[in-house]
Amino acid sequence: MSLIDSFPRVRAPKLPRVDGLIPWIVPLAIILVWQLACVTGFVPARVLPAPSDVALAGWKLLLSGELIKNIWVSFWRASIGFLIGGSIGFAFGLANGLSQLSAKLTDTTLQMVRNIPHLALIPLVILWFGIDESAKLFLVALGVFFPIYLNALHGIRTVDPQLIEMGRIYGMTDGELFRRVIFPGALPSIFAGLRFALGIMWLTLIVAETIAASSGLGYMAMQAREFMLIDVVVLSILIYAVLGKVADSASRALERLTLSWHPAFQKK
Amino acid sequence: MQEALRFQSVDVEPVDRAGMLTQARLVRRGSDSAARGLSLTIRDLRKAFGDNEVLRGVDLHIPAGQFVAIVGRSGCGKSTLLRLIAGLEVATAGSIAFGEETRAQDVRVMFQEPRLLPWARVLANVEVGLGRERASAGAQARAERALVEVGLGDKRGQWPSVLSGGQKQRVALARALVSQPRVLAFDEPLGALDALTRISMQRLLERVWRDQGFTAILVTHDVSEAVALADRVLVIEDGRVAQDVVVDQPRPRRRGSAELAALEGEILSHLLEGNEDTPGL
Repeated sequence: MSLIDSFPRVRAPKLPRVDGLIPWIVPLAIILVWQLACVTGFVPARVLPAPSDVALAGWKLLLSGELIKNIWVSFWRASIGFLIGGSIGFAFGLANGLSQLSAKLTDTTLQMVRNIPHLALIPLVILWFGIDESAKLFLVALGVFFPIYLNALHGIRTVDPQLIEMGRIYGMTDGELFRRVIFPGALPSIFAGLRFALGIMWLTLIVAETIAASSGLGYMAMQAREFMLIDVVVLSILIYAVLGKVADSASRALERLTLSWHPAFQKK
Repeated sequence: MQEALRFQSVDVEPVDRAGMLTQARLVRRGSDSAARGLSLTIRDLRKAFGDNEVLRGVDLHIPAGQFVAIVGRSGCGKSTLLRLIAGLEVATAGSIAFGEETRAQDVRVMFQEPRLLPWARVLANVEVGLGRERASAGAQARAERALVEVGLGDKRGQWPSVLSGGQKQRVALARALVSQPRVLAFDEPLGALDALTRISMQRLLERVWRDQGFTAILVTHDVSEAVALADRVLVIEDGRVAQDVVVDQPRPRRRGSAELAALEGEILSHLLEGNEDTPGL
């Protein structure tokens, strides 16, 4: 959770296209070994189904439309919860980064709330919202709030004061100063918070859906467990991995696009 | 105000106000460009940070278009004086008056750090210098001219992070010049550069000063830089002007000439004497 660690660093020069496959070697090798272990009977199918069986289960669910429906429900919950929690967190981060008064008023409270694991609220949330959509949205929103808030605040607080002085000397209004100096300066930190929040978003959703839901990926996995459909359980887990990776890649792409000025993102 | 100035130097010929003005005019080339600079009168200027009195009554007149260097040991208050002139600090007492009414873009500062926006390309960084006029029609053309003036016309589309230290400082200079200021204050602008880059930057500063005719105030710890560039060198000590030396040498000056070296030696020996007088330094 270290903020400094999540800053972009100077990386090795971008590798040519062929080398772009390198990150996929390890996952592919794992699947291969896994398949072999299952086919040879080294791992019993009751413990872990072969990747081919998982793929087959996925295909069946895809045909029945169940898979798409559940992915869509989970994706919708994740994005709405993320948007709500993220925008509130961002708003507080801006307010407390820019205004001493606002920071004095709310930061201590927020720091106290931050130390409560948000998943510990599940019993309370179920009592409040039942197993309604709002329960999941609330938990996701609460989960993503803090990384977004903390990193936006940190980013704004650490903008180079010399640049701010420069902006003032050259007659920038408060609005311009924010738009041209403070916000771009805080952006690398904001992105670090965004990527961290995306991880929390999936985590929260999985837990919430496994405990209290009647649709979604977590529900699908729990249902499959009831009927001992271990291939579907594994499938759900793999889908989470893929969705997590997609979300991370999307935020990285956005980062590259908006931080093209940053030495870490410049193509050689 | 003349008597308030402290001319402690015995070796340097005494300076009278009228003589200095003539000097400034002699040095200046184009008489019309000399009209661009602003004169500056400082009376009993004091600045304290808490109990620490940094400036203890500075009296000073800088004629329009003069190139003044301010030298002194670290902590003597030279940077504070510059920041007061540039309006970045508020004086505890005393006054700073410009010869005419000034607009914000008439007084510009260049710092030791380039202070470029890393997320704006070179040209956009220069446009920042236009202040409120940024939105006006000719803004981009003016910024381009300023970049050409500092010899970086071909770098307009680059990110600042790919520029060398000297190039960044030249972009900062273009940003300061683009609004055609009438007073340009330099706070050790070359302090972080290597020796060769420093010399070429000094030449550049001298050239734009001669072209544009602004009043230049250069704070530096490098006495040889001060005598090479300035019409007049002020030595600040204990928050006061301790020495006011006219550099009566024709331009372009030859670095390392005997006359400049002699002047430099005098100022340095004065600074060093002061050093020995002050215990604990």
